[in-house]
Amino acid sequence: MRAAILIAVMSAVTVLLRFLPFLIFRNNTPPYIIYLGKVLPPAIIGMLVIYCLKDVSFSANSHGLPELIASVFVIGLQVWKRNTLISILTGTIIYMLLIQSIF
Amino acid sequence: MNRQIIRQAFYKSLPVMAGYLVLGIGFGILLRNAGYGTVWAFAMSLFIYAGSMQYVGVGLISGGASILTTAITTFMVNARHLFYSISMIDRYKDAGIYKPYMIFALTDETYSLLCDGHTPDECDPNQYRFIVSLFDHCYWVTGSVLGSLLGSVLPFSTKGIEFSMTALFITSFTEQWITAKDHIPALSGLLGTAICLLIFGPEHFLIPAMLLITLILTILRSVEEKSL
Repeated sequence: MRAAILIAVMSAVTVLLRFLPFLIFRNNTPPYIIYLGKVLPPAIIGMLVIYCLKDVSFSANSHGLPELIASVFVIGLQVWKRNTLISILTGTIIYMLLIQSIF
Repeated sequence: MNRQIIRQAFYKSLPVMAGYLVLGIGFGILLRNAGYGTVWAFAMSLFIYAGSMQYVGVGLISGGASILTTAITTFMVNARHLFYSISMIDRYKDAGIYKPYMIFALTDETYSLLCDGHTPDECDPNQYRFIVSLFDHCYWVTGSVLGSLLGSVLPFSTKGIEFSMTALFITSFTEQWITAKDHIPALSGLLGTAICLLIFGPEHFLIPAMLLITLILTILRSVEEKSL
């Protein structure tokens, strides 16, 4: 029962965060918010890239090399082929091979 | 809603499928090991639908956290969703009956698929975005339930497969970098976050990073609006 209440709280707070901006700017959106809406997407994707790599340690045994090598492959493939699926699959397989067998 | 939209949306959602199934399975296993079975995995993935928060949530539930602690933790971990919603206000404004669900289902990964604003030519943008959101949600729930049912009997090592999510964000970043003329917003996000990570450490950098990015983009507004 207690777990169900905590799940409801997590759900409610998450839903609130997702809906809040839409509720606040329901009727008219200030030009500043429209501006942020245009420039935020690339900035947020940059933030998410760092967020995913936040636990990489450059002082650990691998020095963050598996992440670096796999990321370079992903970027290179994306620039070359422009195919998101190929880039993600290849990068992930390379990363798994690196951390499971080499580092 | 025609087959063309569903097919296009399915294709768009494929990069998320692999990651969500795998991370969902990881979550299901973790929750099972904490003593909560399939119904709980299903309910959490259906109603919370926020990957990293659910991983944190396993600890909250099994550790007997208070309601207040749970609410504050959820707020801190998920505050970045305010950002996603702000940048989708304009894009989702005509979504009609699809809108509430699309807002509910706006995760990091769905956001990264839809934030570039491109939709296939012959598809209704709102139906298309709705179906992409729905497919992603299905993958997440399916993965969680599978993980809970299978436990840890997977036949091969999946160590490192979580990199698929990192790769997804890197491809989104690369793709928008290629198509955009103005790289200042992308650089603000990347460098602003990296600086905050160095200063505040991996546990507490996200909210300072969001504030710093907003500050940088606000200061640069007069410059940026000319190039938009």
